[in-house]
Amino acid sequence: MRRALVISIPYIWLIALFLIPFGIVLKIALSDPQISIPPYTPHFDLSAGWAGIKDFFSQLDFENFTWLTEDDLYWKAYLSSLRIALISTILTLLVGFPIAYAMAQAPKEWQPTLMMLIILPFWTSFLIRVYAWMGILSSEGFLNQFLLWTGLISAPLQIINTDWAVFIAIVYTYLPFMVLPIYATLEKLDPSYTEAAQDLGCSRAQAFWSVTIPLSKSGVIAGCFLVFIPVVGEFVIPSLLGGSKTLMIGKVLWEEFFSNRDWPVASAVAVILLLILIIPIVLFQKQQERAQEAET
Amino acid sequence: MSNDPLHPWEDPQATPLIRFENVTKRFGSFVAVDNLTLDIYEKEFFALLGASGCGKTTLMRMLAGFEQPTEGRITLNGEDIAPIPVNKRDINMMFQSYALFPHLTVAENIAFGLKRSDMPASEITGRVDEMLNLVQLSAFAKRKPHQISGGQRQRVALARSLAKNPKVLLLDEPLAALDKKLRQETQFELMDIQEKLGTTFMIVTHDQEEAMTVASRVAVMNAGIIRQIATPDAIYERPNSAYVADFIGEVNLIDGKITSCTETTCTIAWDGGTITAKPRKKLDKGTEVRFAIRPEKVAISSTKPDAVNSVQGKVLDIAYLGNISTYHVETEHGQIIKAQLANAKRLSRRSFTWEDPVWLSWTDTAGIVLTE
Repeated sequence: MRRALVISIPYIWLIALFLIPFGIVLKIALSDPQISIPPYTPHFDLSAGWAGIKDFFSQLDFENFTWLTEDDLYWKAYLSSLRIALISTILTLLVGFPIAYAMAQAPKEWQPTLMMLIILPFWTSFLIRVYAWMGILSSEGFLNQFLLWTGLISAPLQIINTDWAVFIAIVYTYLPFMVLPIYATLEKLDPSYTEAAQDLGCSRAQAFWSVTIPLSKSGVIAGCFLVFIPVVGEFVIPSLLGGSKTLMIGKVLWEEFFSNRDWPVASAVAVILLLILIIPIVLFQKQQERAQEAET
Repeated sequence: MSNDPLHPWEDPQATPLIRFENVTKRFGSFVAVDNLTLDIYEKEFFALLGASGCGKTTLMRMLAGFEQPTEGRITLNGEDIAPIPVNKRDINMMFQSYALFPHLTVAENIAFGLKRSDMPASEITGRVDEMLNLVQLSAFAKRKPHQISGGQRQRVALARSLAKNPKVLLLDEPLAALDKKLRQETQFELMDIQEKLGTTFMIVTHDQEEAMTVASRVAVMNAGIIRQIATPDAIYERPNSAYVADFIGEVNLIDGKITSCTETTCTIAWDGGTITAKPRKKLDKGTEVRFAIRPEKVAISSTKPDAVNSVQGKVLDIAYLGNISTYHVETEHGQIIKAQLANAKRLSRRSFTWEDPVWLSWTDTAGIVLTE
């Protein structure tokens, strides 16, 4: 009985905070827009009895989903989001792996401090940190002033309002999600693996490629998913730092919802986004299971 | 004797394969290896024996190339190996944790070193099969390390480190992870393989039984210094110091003073009377010595025996080990002397029990006189 009670807590949590909201969003996605509060129809009305419920369901349709396929804005935005997420995941990996490796190689007494430094940015609001990047990357920003001062460039670079600004901010923001799982696998790695590889004829670089990299695979995959999945739906960074050409589904969703006040289409966009993300999430779970099996 | 191929260390003409010359290794202010000189000959099975922290692992890691000596030099075949990096040394190591690569199969693990050597790819498969046969694991070639037992992993590690046919194989506590029965079997397997291949083996262990079983010579290390290098029987029967005598097996140490001494026989006075023993050299009268005698060389009887050395006492404790029993006998002066007796009879008919007055005796050649 008590066991059932304990187990039920996560289920209640999931039902109340995921399944029910998702049901509501799905319902809105199947509704039609209307100028009213809330701005869609039909409304669920139990007072009309069985006929009311039947009437309610008969008014739901897939019109909004069909609309998503008709206007090329949506699938372009999805594709562009996936492209930006993929590129920024690779960039985050390229920056994050050396950091994680350096942390794992650092003296043991330094490692908690280094870990702290990686987590430290989380203590400041995400929004404030993105605004700070506007100050750094703008035409009169610190970066351009510095580059002008060193004489590397003669005119300010246009970084803000381009995809590059988005990539830089994403790499910066999501770096801890990449570093921490990779660090966790590298830190557990027995140093005698690389010693054995060297003993068997590998140079340091060969030992790194043929032993350290394959053995840190599970951490790399975990880090990539942890970055990729949230970045696909990222909204704040592209809308603050991206240009008008930076197309991301999160931005489209926001505009449908707040500018167009077309809640049903916005909900349909959200439902499709979730379906797209379920694939990598399932892959991620599978990979985690396999990694755990290999460890036991 | 001097040209005996099985005892090259007794031949002054023989050139050693490995030579440590006044090697010192410091980590900060800690001296791990202290001005150590050591020769190891070809085809030897050499054991470095010592408690943890005695410097034996550091010594081996310097030979493998993971550490550089602070002072002194190490030569292999007369050539200083200091400038040769780990991956270019003709020395392979079997790690205590085995360090088998978990993402590779058994066969791939064994092939790992070969792929990085100048062996043509066509010969690698044959060599891997040969190594798998040597350790009797051909049926497991395609398994991953986590799919085989601990004993099999140990053999894969051995095959992998031998695959490149090194001049010297270093074994770091190779059997520590195995249970006792398997460990004993594996010791003989190791000896067979060493004999078959003729490779020079150097084993590092804290298990004296293991060192005594497998090795042709044993070096007892303590605090960065080698206390004695000798064959297993010499280490046991003729330890050069109380430390070595005490470290290897069980021993009774009796403090006394020389009262008279010639080249062949001396008398030692101690609390319980006098002991007649054979010294290794003539000792001055009044020299403080320790008389060391192994428990199995002490006889125990209920009546006064007709022996050169005897002392009376009573049984304080009996440690029953199945095949043998160790009797702890307290003499009148409070010294406890251990005597071992094989349990040839069934336990119910044991001759002595607790509190029994007994006589202990030994011959004049049973023990040794130590001045260190």
